[in-house]
Amino acid sequence: MSGTAATRSPRFHTRSLLAPSVFALFLWMVVPLAMTLWFSGRRYNLLRPGKTVFAGWENYGSLLTHRALWVAMGNTLFLVALVLAITLVLGTLLSILLDQDFPGRQVCRLLVIAPFFVMPTVSALIWKNMLMNPVFGFFAWITRSLGIGAIEYFSRMPLFSIAIVMGWEWTPFAVLILLPALQSLNPEQVEAARLDGAGPLALFRHIQLPHLLRPMAVVAMIETIFFLSLFAEIYVTTDGGPGLASTNLAYLIFRDALLSFDVGRASAGGVIAIVLANIVGLFLMRLVGRNLEDVR
Amino acid sequence: MSAALLAWLVFPTRRRPELTVSTVNNSDMILMQQLSSDFEKESGVKLNWVVLGENILRQRLTIDISTGSNTFDVITIGSYEAPLWGERGWLVPLDGLGADYDYDDIFDVIREGLSYQGRMYAAPFYGESSFTYYRKDLFLNAGLEMPLQPSYDQIRQFAQKLHDPQHGVYGLCLRGEPGWGQNMAYLSTLVNTFGGRWLDLGWKPQLTTAPWVDAISFYVDVLNHYGPPGVITDGANENRALFANGNCAQWVDATSAASYFLDPSQSRVASSTGFAKAPIARVPNGAAWVWSWGLAIPATSKRAALAKQFIKWATSRRYVTTVGERFGWLRVPPGSRKSTYEIAAYLKAAPFAPLVREAILNADYRQPSAQPVPYVGIQYVGIPEFQAIGTEVGQEISAALAGRATVQEALALAQAETERDLEGRSK
Repeated sequence: MSGTAATRSPRFHTRSLLAPSVFALFLWMVVPLAMTLWFSGRRYNLLRPGKTVFAGWENYGSLLTHRALWVAMGNTLFLVALVLAITLVLGTLLSILLDQDFPGRQVCRLLVIAPFFVMPTVSALIWKNMLMNPVFGFFAWITRSLGIGAIEYFSRMPLFSIAIVMGWEWTPFAVLILLPALQSLNPEQVEAARLDGAGPLALFRHIQLPHLLRPMAVVAMIETIFFLSLFAEIYVTTDGGPGLASTNLAYLIFRDALLSFDVGRASAGGVIAIVLANIVGLFLMRLVGRNLEDVR
Repeated sequence: MSAALLAWLVFPTRRRPELTVSTVNNSDMILMQQLSSDFEKESGVKLNWVVLGENILRQRLTIDISTGSNTFDVITIGSYEAPLWGERGWLVPLDGLGADYDYDDIFDVIREGLSYQGRMYAAPFYGESSFTYYRKDLFLNAGLEMPLQPSYDQIRQFAQKLHDPQHGVYGLCLRGEPGWGQNMAYLSTLVNTFGGRWLDLGWKPQLTTAPWVDAISFYVDVLNHYGPPGVITDGANENRALFANGNCAQWVDATSAASYFLDPSQSRVASSTGFAKAPIARVPNGAAWVWSWGLAIPATSKRAALAKQFIKWATSRRYVTTVGERFGWLRVPPGSRKSTYEIAAYLKAAPFAPLVREAILNADYRQPSAQPVPYVGIQYVGIPEFQAIGTEVGQEISAALAGRATVQEALALAQAETERDLEGRSK
């Protein structure tokens, strides 16, 4: 009896089996979201207990009318764009290099991938204290021996410095995706192009780059998700400063939540961050979608 | 047999009582952790330690205590938190530690700083003020003499003469890292001595007034000319490392770093470090801060009695002498007890001790400014909002220090931020 029911509507059957995990995932997402929404509508500061009252749009109003939010949003988008550009360009070039046949290729590939496996806080510390430190950093030593003097990276160009650190961490990720994609390129196609007289540049422009567009879109997609919530590197290197120069949305929320202990405002910031992430996500999806159409 | 097993399952054997202690990773506290096996032996209590950096500890404790979770039995807090949290009823009062605890031996200003309405909410582990460190050898070579009470004009002239970046010596080191406990702690004293104040009696922020502009202009100017590169990321610890490494000719900061510099195993300037009072610009009021780290018990702790025992042990006179005898007198926690400054061995090992004692005794956290103020605190403002205010203002000033904004612009923004944070304060 039950067997015939199952054959009659297998879809219903599989759904009921999937239901528990879907439900769990749904809760996993919806409970924190609902709590964030709830808190964002309350005047709730941990340091002023007994005063958690309904605040309406107050938290949003206080954020949206404040310079810090807009600066942070700009910084967030700028950082995403800049690091995406760095990792995609460097990643593509490195992949093409590593795709060549040369002695020690395996070791070289391993070394290129390695930075990705260093923890973000650790790599940020290495860059801050050993490389970019203006007194005893390696870069300062180089520039000083060249007679240019030391550059105060994190105070003079905080966003670029963070982008460099991020680029170092995430270029390996791009290589990790792009190199196998390049290796899957049909060698006969390359051979044919060569016979038609294509030089390395033309080969790159007309064969390799179009072939890489799809994996590049994947890289951009995944990296954007991570870069939007970038935090550790900023926390370790610049504390969001000087001023607000390197404060992104994640850091602004941290500041409200853990330095001001303003749960309400931090939650409102979280909601705004969700909205921003969705807008960026939507754009990216369309971009990726269009790319895939073109390729087809 | 099975009954015994059942009993064992239902009533587990009485374990040793445990206390969870959270503290800052300062060297004095690490030493307390090392010595605490003594206490464990004496009392039969097992201690679990959570040792964190200052900022993380503050975040962790504030969230813990304000949400009423009972993770810790003993916490380490400063004179900013103790009265505020005591007022909220978040802490167990510590006025019943017994006659042998000798409350009168604690410096009054330190004890009162950790009290709310006359009840002590944290027992001082060590106390500090701020003063000037300088390099005697560099001063001697340049034919300069540091007066006992320097003025900021003199500090500036010395910095100019001694600044020698080619040889890695910078004229003046100061805190640049933004944060209410970092650059703003120092800058509050600077503003005080320029005659300024954070708030007027109507709780209106005063950040665009002349003393602020003058003080911050001085700070930005002197650091950009004679400060170390990258000063913007230098907090207290970075500066201490710079001075200990011989990179600073002068440094104005916490007195608690003094013993570190005199220890040849950690410092290259052990024989050449000199001490003077905190510099004065226009008025002496609030030119040097007073601060103490104390041990407190959250009201949620279920083992308050045991926790009191531990606190009594760690902040007692006997603890001070134990440290001195076993680890050397330089490592004694300073600034909390008067009797420490009567120990001949300590005074001999720590030539800076009388200066520290005097600085602590002279620091009046109730009258931090030459002008009247509605708050207490020299290097902070004793209101809950100050953590947010100090952090934001600190950021704006660091932008001015980095040359991304003028002092006036930065202070105008800081003023707006402060007004926003104080909105809804009905006083």
